[in-house]
Amino acid sequence: MALELQAVSRIVKGQMQISPTTLTLEKGTMNVLLGPTLSGKTSLMRLMAGLDVPSAGRLKWDGADVTGVRVQDRKVAMVYQQFINYPAMSVYDNIASPLRLLGKDKAEIDRAVRATAEMLKITAMLDRKPLELSGGQQQRCALARALVKEAGLVLLDEPLANLDYKLREELRAEIPRIFEESGAIFVYATTEPEEALLLGGNTATLWEGRVTQFGPTPTVYRQPADATTARVFSDPPMNFVSCFKEGHRMNFGGLANSPADGAFAALPDGRYTAGFRANHLHLNTHSGQTVEFRCLLGVTEITGSETFLHLTHGNDRWVGLVHGVHDLQPGTEVSVWLDPAHVYIFDAEGRLAAPAAYAAAA
Amino acid sequence: MRLRGSALVMTLYLLFLLVPIYWLVNMSFKTNTEITSTFTLFPNSFTLRNYVVILTDPSWYMGYVNSIIYVTMNVVISLTVALPAAYAFSRYTFMGDKHLFFWLLTNRMAPPAVFALPFFQLYSSVGLFDTHIAVALAHCLFNVPLAVWILEGFMRGVPKEIDETAYIDGYSFPRFFIKIFMPLIASGIGVAAFFCFMFSWVELLLSRTLTSVNAKPIAATMTRTVSASGMDWGVLAAAGVLTIVPGALVIWFVRNYIAKGFALGRV
Repeated sequence: MALELQAVSRIVKGQMQISPTTLTLEKGTMNVLLGPTLSGKTSLMRLMAGLDVPSAGRLKWDGADVTGVRVQDRKVAMVYQQFINYPAMSVYDNIASPLRLLGKDKAEIDRAVRATAEMLKITAMLDRKPLELSGGQQQRCALARALVKEAGLVLLDEPLANLDYKLREELRAEIPRIFEESGAIFVYATTEPEEALLLGGNTATLWEGRVTQFGPTPTVYRQPADATTARVFSDPPMNFVSCFKEGHRMNFGGLANSPADGAFAALPDGRYTAGFRANHLHLNTHSGQTVEFRCLLGVTEITGSETFLHLTHGNDRWVGLVHGVHDLQPGTEVSVWLDPAHVYIFDAEGRLAAPAAYAAAA
Repeated sequence: MRLRGSALVMTLYLLFLLVPIYWLVNMSFKTNTEITSTFTLFPNSFTLRNYVVILTDPSWYMGYVNSIIYVTMNVVISLTVALPAAYAFSRYTFMGDKHLFFWLLTNRMAPPAVFALPFFQLYSSVGLFDTHIAVALAHCLFNVPLAVWILEGFMRGVPKEIDETAYIDGYSFPRFFIKIFMPLIASGIGVAAFFCFMFSWVELLLSRTLTSVNAKPIAATMTRTVSASGMDWGVLAAAGVLTIVPGALVIWFVRNYIAKGFALGRV
């Protein structure tokens, strides 16, 4: 069982909604579609489900071409961001409905419904109507309906986005377990890099309808193929500064220099863009191997034990995430330090030229 | 004091509203002599004769039967046609959909009288004159657009994802529509049915023009009141009371949804 997308694309009203995409989702894998809003996660998912027909390209399931097959005849299940259940039916009937349509016998349906309800901890709510449940329970009901028919492909479109923090954490922790038990191909769309890292598996990063990279989640995170992927796969977004290499010297943003050793040594001389994540900026220096930037401090946001710094460096706007609570005056100039080992170097086209030293080592 | 003031206003309001209806009921239990000769707030010589006349004379009670037949036919036809139409308007975009949707409403801008002559001519020439279906079809011209408008509003309130989830679950379109979708907009269907009923039940001009004997509606029967023995006031009043009853019954059933229906489902 594998889902293959072969140069699948979709054009709506002359606009390229999904650029030609080739992906292979293997049996029993968790695949995360990561991208900001409107990056095409839902569109790509609808193509996988068969709700939309691709403008070009083929879809293969288990080697068989399913490009034009009706959604009713595909073995897929889908859960939406909104809690979609059949409001007129009880939770039990909601979960049972896909099985009834498959013509299973009563005892078998009952067993499957109760087992699935047990797994999702909604056994006590089986007799109630979906709208009488809390948001988390409604989404559990929708998940149960998606899982009960044992579809080969389960599509989850930001299933936790409409839940409050607590319920979200709770359900997110359960999803890998549910996935393990089902053995299906899971596709999980999210806007949050953190969620992708927690779920593991594979990640495809999306940007403006294009899959920029697809691979094992830690690899995509540590070795983004290009600047776009790096921006999508970090929260807050990756900070960028122009840099150039000249002999044995790397210059960042005109003023800060560092020796071009390690991975940088192999780079030819020239102009590049350096990228680094917010949590790699520090307010003080620990070792000599750091680069100092003088930045104008905009706003600071204190979230409990961490502080977000909104900085302006030349024409670039950066975000720094530092530990501890810092009482800094907005509008003043501050020094931030960066370890060059945490810097990714991208070439003029945005492709990764040299990964950060720490990531290459990991 | 404020409470008593508002109670007074409310009492007066109800009094004014109910006076004509009370007078109708009052009259229906009087004899013709009492109606024409004296002014009494209560029937002095209480009689059920007027009701007996209506319920035993076929030329009276068949009026009710005819009305009920063509109203029912009309409600069924209107809803059967309007449900798929409203679904299409709420779910798909097609060329001219917005104009077509507005055009539906313009049908209601003309008074029924405008259509009396063409309908009469048309139905006579195809042999539908004086049949129930003729009146039912004629009323569709007004009721189908209204039903489409009401239902479309309710359907728009149902997220499209429910449709898709049902397809993914394996529902075919007809099965989804009947088993999943219609229960969701049940109140909308009820409101649309009520509005169709109300129009068709009270409409007089077309139903009178298109019928003579076999499908003559009660409202038309009531206009033919002067008989050889003069005006039969009491029977006429009783007929009026009986005409109000079905409407009152239907209102009772859909009273909780009416306000929503007037908003055409748009909250």
